[in-house]
Amino acid sequence: MTSAEAVLRLEGVSKVYGVDKAAVAALDDVSLTVGAGEVVAIMGTSGSGKSTLLTIAGGLLAPSSGSVTVSGTQIGTLGRRELSRLRRQRVGFVFQDFNLIPGLTALENVALPLELDGVSGGTARSEARRALAAVDMRGRGRSFPDDLSGGQQQRVAIARAMVGERSLILADEPTGALDSVTGDGVLATLRARATDGAAVVLVTHDARHAAWADRIVFLRDGRIADQTSADLPESLLTGRP
Amino acid sequence: MSVKMGFLALLDGDSAYGYQLKQEFEARTGGSWPLNVGQVYTTLDRLERDGLVARDRTDDDGHVVFAITAAGHGEVTSWLSTASRAPGSDRSELAVKIALASTLPQVDIGAVIQAHRKAAIEALQELTRAKRADANDLVGELVLEALAFRTEAEVRWLDHAEARILQARRASDDGTFKERKARK
Repeated sequence: MTSAEAVLRLEGVSKVYGVDKAAVAALDDVSLTVGAGEVVAIMGTSGSGKSTLLTIAGGLLAPSSGSVTVSGTQIGTLGRRELSRLRRQRVGFVFQDFNLIPGLTALENVALPLELDGVSGGTARSEARRALAAVDMRGRGRSFPDDLSGGQQQRVAIARAMVGERSLILADEPTGALDSVTGDGVLATLRARATDGAAVVLVTHDARHAAWADRIVFLRDGRIADQTSADLPESLLTGRP
Repeated sequence: MSVKMGFLALLDGDSAYGYQLKQEFEARTGGSWPLNVGQVYTTLDRLERDGLVARDRTDDDGHVVFAITAAGHGEVTSWLSTASRAPGSDRSELAVKIALASTLPQVDIGAVIQAHRKAAIEALQELTRAKRADANDLVGELVLEALAFRTEAEVRWLDHAEARILQARRASDDGTFKERKARK
């Protein structure tokens, strides 16, 4: 994959907590490239480094060594203000517990990152309406989070994660709080964002949900232990009853 | 489930000829169970021999149309109301293989478990792709989802087994350490 297509590129990323004998490597020499249109799932047991990987990819945590490139910009070279702008403009986060602001309507929640970025109110709202429509939440813009079901709240959170020109969506257990049918709907929504050109990284411990991804990366003790190939032989299913 | 019961259940809905049954069977099992033509007619012959279906008529195109008999209807009703358990569910090939492998000192059990986990997840990816391609076909999706949940359960069990084996090995390492210390 050329760097032009890569939305996220981690190269030799390590993260060590503590010093000397007490040092623990949460991530150890991880390299990973996620392209536009691709959904990559990260699987691993608790403590395998999944969440650390996601927070480093989103520029919320600096790696101890290695480099992180988002949409062609190496984020280690950025100052605090530039990094925070890149995060707002390029990266969207989706969490297990939605993290919507209760006092704001769905539309206001989705428009918020744009408004924080200085986009005028009218433009932010029209972008937010478009993002809500893309997750099948057209017409629910005036609802407050408490009036929406879990699945609807998560769709609003995905709209917020993709509003504007954000090209990278980082989702940490986005289906963890949802029943299986609603969870599938949320994954279909994330999948559709990738079809529209976003790069999606999905952290999950649920194999059935990871299976929505093009590629699955298995983390173990902070290292990439294994990954599925993007293209699978048809023969895998034949021979099953 | 057998092809025989599948055909009977389809015929319980409406009479049909062999090729129709093949197509319906394949569509309604989500494409997971392809049949060959020989299998279709052998099955129909046996159902007819057992008095569960009968030749109803020949249609304008010369197809022999089969209909269910009263005995066939009874068979379907009893099949649907009887709980299905997977054959051999008392002894899973996967479980026995992993359990045995975990006792062999020369085997890297983590690698064995990962190989099975990866294969299961790749199968799940294939099922998910088939399901997405099948959108709006509820029956087909349900069959694919049943396979998906079963495969997911396999992965969860593999995760669990790996954690249990690691835990047991750590405990036994500690034991050996303490023993050695005590001997000193």
